[in-house]
Amino acid sequence: MLGGGLLAFLVIPVIALFVTGSPTDWLAGLRHPITAPAMLLSLVTTVLSLGVLVAFGTPLAWWLGRSEARAARLVETVVQLPIVVPPAVAGLALLLAFGRRGLLGPLLQGLNIDIAFSTIAVVLAQVFVAAPFYIQAATTAFAGIDENLLVVARTLGARPATVLFRVALPLARRGLIAGAALAWARALGEFGATLMFAGNLSGRTQTLPLAVYTALESDVRAAQALAVLLVVIALVIIIFLRPRRGRHRR
Amino acid sequence: MKKLVIAALVVSAVAATARAESREITVFAAASLREVFEDLAKTFEAKSGIKVRVNLAGSQELRMQIENGASADVFASADQKHMAALAKAKLVATPRVFARNMPVVIVPKDNPARVGSFAELSRAKKLVVGVPEVPIGSYTLEILDRTGAEFKQKVLANVASRELNVRQVLAKVTLGEADAGIVYRTDAMAGKDKVQIIEIPAKVNVIAEYPVAVLSNAPQAAAARAFVDLLFSSDGQKRLAAGGFAAP
Repeated sequence: MLGGGLLAFLVIPVIALFVTGSPTDWLAGLRHPITAPAMLLSLVTTVLSLGVLVAFGTPLAWWLGRSEARAARLVETVVQLPIVVPPAVAGLALLLAFGRRGLLGPLLQGLNIDIAFSTIAVVLAQVFVAAPFYIQAATTAFAGIDENLLVVARTLGARPATVLFRVALPLARRGLIAGAALAWARALGEFGATLMFAGNLSGRTQTLPLAVYTALESDVRAAQALAVLLVVIALVIIIFLRPRRGRHRR
Repeated sequence: MKKLVIAALVVSAVAATARAESREITVFAAASLREVFEDLAKTFEAKSGIKVRVNLAGSQELRMQIENGASADVFASADQKHMAALAKAKLVATPRVFARNMPVVIVPKDNPARVGSFAELSRAKKLVVGVPEVPIGSYTLEILDRTGAEFKQKVLANVASRELNVRQVLAKVTLGEADAGIVYRTDAMAGKDKVQIIEIPAKVNVIAEYPVAVLSNAPQAAAARAFVDLLFSSDGQKRLAAGGFAAP
């Protein structure tokens, strides 16, 4: 019964998002001028973030998953840090690292790169908070590959690159996809770090969650429509992930 | 089930005693009132023995919280619009203006964009302002409207971020991330070791009026009225003046 209480508590707010508005309201909300730029920006930035994560995170996870070294375990812990750090802290840390007056500020200014308040800042914030989700899932997936399969492939004359692309990646595929989906969802929902590090400007740094927050102050309908949209996307991701996780357990 | 009922009874009994023991009022105040209200809260506590909890946020956010049933005793807004909306909905008693404030331009101490006067505001390549819904944001637009379309357009082209409350604007300038920002004089004074103030000419500037009111369903209405009285007392006005506010 206590479990049911918690379940109700988790489900009721989501139901409330849907039943307190009508589809006409949502359509009107989606037509609000704040919506379209935010949707486009969220799509572009999260795709970029995911690209960066997959490109840089996959080799890192490969090493973490296959290495027995002490250093690998230490790195694994460090990589988890963004999960437990509050997003606002992440935003401040990013600002103090990459901002104009930040640790790397002089270096970046020398290269004429200005990150704070730019779309790049949005992507960096997303990569920072989403990275652990992808790296963790990919590490587990790589660690689960049977060493013998890789050895056999190599003795049969496959080059290391071929082993990676033809054997290891297909075997780890499910874990990689699940990690990428979770990381993408986290990047899409990123709010605190973005607000602090990238600011809030329609079309440049105002992603969907920031638009929800901003719209709430002028047009609750628009905020609710955007919220419904984000929940639907989240539901799709969870449903997409569920059967795969079931198969893993077997 | 029985256990649950008992647990619920215990919890509510504890909550009831806690409520009876600690007299406390909740004051919702616009973000720009931070220093002064924290100071006034201490004064009030020392005088009356009633604890004051100050909840600071953008006026529009506080208004929304009150509209959605947040429990508070006093609301102090940074503009008339949000207060008027609450008065119209009969959520607050008659508001009275207790202070005035004026927007100013701030730049980081070393003034990287070399903004020397208000007329040179468009030199700031990264300008941070408030969103139009927050009072400082709508005042900013009002000021720029009075400067003429060309200047307004040039300045607005450089907006790097629209922050959700005035203190976030101040923070971005204090951190040196923005070349300039528009905040209230009182905010500028709160950050004066890190920012320089540039005055906005009186003929285009607006004067922000801060109204205060006791909420219609204030849990501690009498104490709330006493707190409002403190704002209008000579001691209260002196403290407001020290924070950079002008008398009503």
